[in-house]
Amino acid sequence: MPTIRLERLVKRYGAVEVLHGIDLDMAEHEFTVLVGPSGCGKSTTLRMIAGLEDVSDGEVYMDGKPISNLDPKDRDIAMVFQDYALYPHMNVAKNMSFSLRLQKRPQAEINKKVMEVAKMIGLDQFLDRKPGELSGGQRQRVAMGRALCRDASTFLFDEPLSNLDAKLRGQMRAELALMRQNVKKNMIYVTHDQIEAMTLADRIVVMNGGHIQQQGTPAELFKNPVNKFVAGFLGSPPMNFLDAELVDEGGTLMAKGDGFNIALPAELANRAQKLALGTATLGIRPSDLEYSADAPDAASFDLNVVISEYVGAQSVLICSCGDAKITVEIKSETPIALGETLRFAVRPEGLHLFDPKTEMAI
Amino acid sequence: MAQRTSLNRITPYMFVAPAALVMILALFYPISYMIWGSFRDWDPSQSLSETEFVGLANYAKLLVDPAFHASFWVTMIFAFTVVTVEMILGVGLALLLDRNIRGMSVLRTLFILPMMIAPVVVGLVWRYMYHQTYGTFNRFLESIGLEGVNWLGQNPLLSVIMADIWQWTPFIFILSLAALQSLPKSALEAARIDGATGWQQIIYIKLPLMMPVLIVTMLLRLIDAFKVLEVILVLTGGGPGLSTEILALRIARTAREFRELGEAAAMSNYLLMLLMVLTLGMFAFTRWQEARARRLKFAAQEEG
Ligand SMILES: Nc1ncnc2c1ncn2[C@@H]1O[C@H](COP(=O)(O)OP(=O)(O)O)[C@@H](O)[C@H]1O
Ligand SMILES: [Mg+2]
Repeated sequence: MPTIRLERLVKRYGAVEVLHGIDLDMAEHEFTVLVGPSGCGKSTTLRMIAGLEDVSDGEVYMDGKPISNLDPKDRDIAMVFQDYALYPHMNVAKNMSFSLRLQKRPQAEINKKVMEVAKMIGLDQFLDRKPGELSGGQRQRVAMGRALCRDASTFLFDEPLSNLDAKLRGQMRAELALMRQNVKKNMIYVTHDQIEAMTLADRIVVMNGGHIQQQGTPAELFKNPVNKFVAGFLGSPPMNFLDAELVDEGGTLMAKGDGFNIALPAELANRAQKLALGTATLGIRPSDLEYSADAPDAASFDLNVVISEYVGAQSVLICSCGDAKITVEIKSETPIALGETLRFAVRPEGLHLFDPKTEMAI
Repeated sequence: MAQRTSLNRITPYMFVAPAALVMILALFYPISYMIWGSFRDWDPSQSLSETEFVGLANYAKLLVDPAFHASFWVTMIFAFTVVTVEMILGVGLALLLDRNIRGMSVLRTLFILPMMIAPVVVGLVWRYMYHQTYGTFNRFLESIGLEGVNWLGQNPLLSVIMADIWQWTPFIFILSLAALQSLPKSALEAARIDGATGWQQIIYIKLPLMMPVLIVTMLLRLIDAFKVLEVILVLTGGGPGLSTEILALRIARTAREFRELGEAAAMSNYLLMLLMVLTLGMFAFTRWQEARARRLKFAAQEEG
């Protein structure tokens, strides 16, 4: 299985540059997820790896060999498309075996392979159906199956689950996670859904505006986002951001704002003091805020409940803190009323600071 | 209330009524007149009511008339040859020109020009080009050291077939190009990734997906080719002998030169029946397509 390397990959459409020099290394057997808001250039990157788009500048290497001038068919890749891209006039078996038939493999081998994959993805009952006679979820499976039938070394997925309804998406996500453990291949997966990214990836690459913002394991990115964009993009509900002044009060650096005055842990305070910033953006994930009536002032927020969204065991509360809005989570059985003011303790390790101008993490 | 609903039901028919009236007057009246006339021994100097009823005599006479047979076969050969060649050329050109390179839209526009020229003009232009001494073709042949060909004299059918192909290939080209450009892009990309070469994409993906459009296009063209008149009229006038006398010409001659309106009407009816079969075939095909699409959609919905 090859390693794939993108080197200063640039894509221009006419005069418009949509990818500005992507550098990325993907190790063997790694499940890499490209994630970012729509229009950030994920599909373009993937399609350049596939050979469906020309490379404007830079190079794609597979096992050290430049491949950007090769045809898609010479790159040893399989791809699952967002709209599945099934061949409408062929039945499921023919769809899945198309590539094998082009290679003129023996019929017995083709049949065996198709049956094996069809069983694996639960489509063995539907081999004679045309794509038009299948439901959305089944079509999605056929698209997966078609890719699996190929013995390609690298699998590319372009938002394969985005056309499914929420329930089916969750189910397919779980199946993909399972498949990923059984099929040892390089996989590059594009999605705009951060939950898919977090659950599937060995490594997440967060993109925005044609740049890579940060890459790393899901846990690394979640705990130590390098900038405000990554911090806000990963995690659900998203991180809260508050404008704060940094004030030294008797040797402790405090983040002070409208309705809160929080003591910063020593390490974070040191880093902030080195930059000598007067103000900063304070970032706190909802999961780092905990309902606690008797928390000390310097480690808590007093929040006024504006909206309560019941989502089952947990409720999501949107509260006001001065002029700002803060999202928190709370166990649904906790008796609260709208308009009530509640105290939430913040975990010190859950405090993030961002430079208000560069938006980089401090 | 009941009155209201019945009024509602009538309303659409009332809107259709003027159009239906025009149809009846402009379409059904002449056709009925023709059908009626085909059962009579009818000279152009008589009015239809003065003519003698002869039953199916006109039809029977045609069945054993060698000139009609010749004309029928000329028409068949002409229609099937031009449609076959036009389909191959038109689809081939569309496959060739379906790409986004600079200047392609100009080229496409140029390709459809022949179709926009009035058939009579096409006939005149080709007659000039076929001229034995001044004609473009023979001058070209002579310039490369070959002997000139007596196009319209010795190869009349081939000559009219070539002119028709020149004029009508663009029609198939445009429709094929439209069909090609509405093919699902991602299925073609998937085929590229699955390892299909350009040829394999055409044979396994593009042509099968274009087939419904191609079949309708072919039937339309076939119907039209059976009715061809102007170009042949101008080029050869049906000659030499009966070699290019297609049915439409034969009908005109029977009516005007031989003054056998009844027989001409009967001949028209044979042609009409033939075209009716083709048209119904085309409708049946599109109906079948639609029904199949509906059934597939329904099946997919059932499973959610
Ligand atoms: N064929 C094209 N011509 C011009 N611009 C394009 C084309 N395809 C994509 N783009 C632009 O490139 C950017 C990245 O697109 P894409 O890679 O599809 O984003 P996404 O991250 O949603 O997959 C978008 O701003 C889009 O408008
Ligand atoms: Mg995309």
